[in-house]
Parts: sequence; C-alpha cells; structure tokens
Amino acid sequence: MLDFGTITTTIDQYLHSVMPTQAALIVECILVALCAVLAYVMLAIVMIFMERKVCAAFQCRLGPMRVGFWGLLQVFADVFKMLIKEIISIDRSDKVLYNLAPYLVVMSSVLTFSCLPFAQGLQVLDFNIGVFFIMAASSFGVLGILLAGWSSNNKYSMIGAVRSGAQMISYELSIGLCILVIVVLSGTMQISELVEAQRDGWFIFKGHIPAFTAFIIYLIAGNAETNRAPFDLPEAESELTAGFHTEYSGMHFGFFYVAEFMNLFIVAGIASTLFLGGWAPLHIAGFGAFNAIMDYIPGSVWFLGKTFFVIWLLMWVRWTFPRMRIDQVVSLEWKYLLPIGLVNLLIMTICVVCGWTF
Amino acid sequence: MEQKFTYIGKIADTIKSLATGLSVTMKEFFTPKVTEQYPENRKTLKISDRHRAMLYMPLDEEGNNRCIACGLCQSNCPNGTITIKTRTVVDQETGKSKKVLEEYIYDLGSCMYCQLCVNVCPKDAIAFNNCFENAVFDRNKLIIKLNK
Repeated sequence: MLDFGTITTTIDQYLHSVMPTQAALIVECILVALCAVLAYVMLAIVMIFMERKVCAAFQCRLGPMRVGFWGLLQVFADVFKMLIKEIISIDRSDKVLYNLAPYLVVMSSVLTFSCLPFAQGLQVLDFNIGVFFIMAASSFGVLGILLAGWSSNNKYSMIGAVRSGAQMISYELSIGLCILVIVVLSGTMQISELVEAQRDGWFIFKGHIPAFTAFIIYLIAGNAETNRAPFDLPEAESELTAGFHTEYSGMHFGFFYVAEFMNLFIVAGIASTLFLGGWAPLHIAGFGAFNAIMDYIPGSVWFLGKTFFVIWLLMWVRWTFPRMRIDQVVSLEWKYLLPIGLVNLLIMTICVVCGWTF
Repeated sequence: MEQKFTYIGKIADTIKSLATGLSVTMKEFFTPKVTEQYPENRKTLKISDRHRAMLYMPLDEEGNNRCIACGLCQSNCPNGTITIKTRTVVDQETGKSKKVLEEYIYDLGSCMYCQLCVNVCPKDAIAFNNCFENAVFDRNKLIIKLNK
C-alpha cells in the first residue's frame, strides 16, 4: 500500500537541499496550511451538496437539479453569493468578540481536521497524545458559539448560545468515555498507531459488544456535538430564528455554516478512525486472496468511504427524528448515555484484562 | 405510560421506537421521488382530471352547445366573471319568443375557480378542464368567448 510518508520525506529533503532550514520550515508550513484549508473547503462543499441531496431523498424529493448537471454547481453558486454579501455590524454589539467568534469556531474545527489520518502518512498532526489533542481542540469551538451568542446583542442568540453550552459540555463527557473505551482496547493515544493496530481487524470487531456500544453512544453524542437534529437546540429555526448565528451575515455566517458541516465530517472521521479502522482496509482472517484485493484499494478511498458512510448514517438520523426539548437532551445525557458509557468502559476494561478481545 | 417501564425497559422501548422511525425513512429513501421537473417533463406531465384550470363549453360535432341562456351562471358568479349576451328569436311554428345565446364571455383573469357556475348549470353546458398553462402577455387575451 502507498505510504504518503515517503512523498512528504522526499519533498522535505528537496526543500532542505535548496534553502536553509528555517526557510524550508516556513515553506513547508505554508504548503501544509494551503493543502489543509483547500481540502477543508472542498470537503465542506461536497458535504453541503450531499446534505441537500440526502435530505431530499429522505423527503421523497430530488433536491437541487437546475444549476449545472444534476445540480452539481448549486453549492458553488451559493458560495459565491455568500462571498459577495455585506458583513453588517450590529448596533450595540460587542464588536471585538462579535468579529472574533466565527474565527474561533473555524479555528477549532481546522485544528481537529488536521488530526484526521487520510491515508498512511497523510496526516498533518500526529503525536503521542493525538486523541487527547482532538478532544481539547474540538471542545473550544463551544467558546466561539458562546461568544457569538453573547456579543450579538440579541435574545435569540443568547438563548441559543446558553443552550449550546449546556448541551456541548454535557455530551463532551460521553464522547470522552467512548474514546477511552478504544484507548483501553488499543493501549495507545497516537492516531497513526491506533490505525496501524486495526490492520488485522477493525476495533468494532476486535472489541465486539463494548466497542459496538461505544460506537453507538459516540454517534449519538457526536450528533449532539455538531448541533444537528434531533439535538439542534442551539439553532432551533422555529423557536430561535437561527440561534447563536442569527445576527451574522455574509462570510461570517458562512464560517459558522462551513464549520458546522466540517464538524460533522470530523465527528464521522474520528468515528471511522477509532471504530472502523481509518484508512486500514477490510481484512478477514483466513481469506488471503480477499485481503490482497482489498489492499489494492488506496487508503484515502477507504478513509473517505467509511467517513461518508458514517456521515450518511448521521444524516439519516437527522432527517428522521424531531427536535428534543432542552430538558430531554440533558436528561438523555446524564441519566442514560453517561451511566451506560461508564458501565461500558468497565466491561471493556474487564474484557481487556481477561483477554476476551480478538 | 411513564410508570409502566423500568429503567432498562424504557431503554429497550426507546430503541424499538427509534428503529421504527428509522425504517420508515429508510423506505422513503428508496421510493421513486415525487418531484415534477416541470418545463422538461411537459410531454409526460399528468395533471389530475379534477384540477380546475379553465372554464370551457363542451361542444358537439357541429359546434352546438347545450346552453339555454338561462343566466344562472352569470348571476351566481361571485366575481362577475361570466357575461352572457342573448338575443330573442321567435319560433316560426308556435309563435313563442325564446332567448338564445349570442356570446358567452368568460374573464379568466377574475375567475376564482369556485365551480359555482358549473354546479348551478341545469344542462351541464359548462365544465372545468385541466389546461393550466394560461399565462399570456396581455390582459385582454384572458377574456375568452366560449361558444362558437
């Protein structure tokens, strides 16, 4: 299988041979940032298109069909519209925080995005506490949402932001417990090692019942983290107009919109990395020929395929269930998901200690 | 309902009902889509026969209609959409005078498709059809003479 590590090492050595170390480092940083942001935006566009088409299919519609063949250019048209719109400033809003908030949200999701392993060696950040870093980086996105609600000088924004705070901080716990289950099973926090350990079998099969339970709880909590229905209380169109981003226009609104979709991609990407083997192909022990064929499919295809499958699962849930009340959201987390997650972690620990995993 | 379930029973019941909902949307995902792509599908477009788009007067082969010029449709129309012009002819055999339809004028622009005229007609001389593409560039083209 192709290792992207060799390509990046070649580029690194070439840059070091033609310029001093400092300059090479700066050029590499710019190249990586450019690629990461480009991939971020392209994936966001793909996901917005996918959301509209999948939503339409679940509602027995066709979705956008007019702009370009099969509506393919619709999202590009929307992006251009967003780019040429005016960014208005709100009377008596907190100007600094108001303008800072969308960047905080985008920053947190780009930081988390750079931890995803797209293929072997194709990963921006990879170090020994990778999973820990993902949790830390993804949880300061809520700060941007709280600031957006606070600085907008709007009651709807404020209510949306407060709800989002209550919701996201609660569900962070469940996500943490689900990730801990996998850390217990694999014994490592480094993302590349996590994927490497799944080459002979994905964790959802290796960890059987506790891993599967953790996967389900992760999907529920991840859905809540991304503020999507049935957990879309911070936005709640019918109650709060648009929740925390009511007062935002133009590209500032665009940042919230893109970050929301990319958070969905990140949640799905982490789910596929931790439970479904990341870029590791599907291997079944004993079927040598089958495994060899699976090896021919590139790792990035595996990763994106699994991620988009998980995204599709989340969209299925989003377009099926109605919105919950805030007390239902909080009681689901604290009375059900958290105790189940804790018991699940205990079961996984017992399984690992007794050697009951594959 | 709340008292019926234990903690575990409630979770099991929830999973069951959530699965029911998911299976419903899953079926919807694969059913043929209902969206009509209008200008492209004009050839195959199917409009319901009961759709009221325009008043018309059913004519036989010689172009005769069943209208007896009683004026009920005109007087029942809430918007004054229908105007009937009549003339009086004298029957040669009996010598009685009789009202005959001269012009049946229908103003599509002020019709609200209530179907009162069709319901009130004693001879079923008028009906609604489903030819819905009625847009024109001139208001005067909406005033239509229905009889020949």
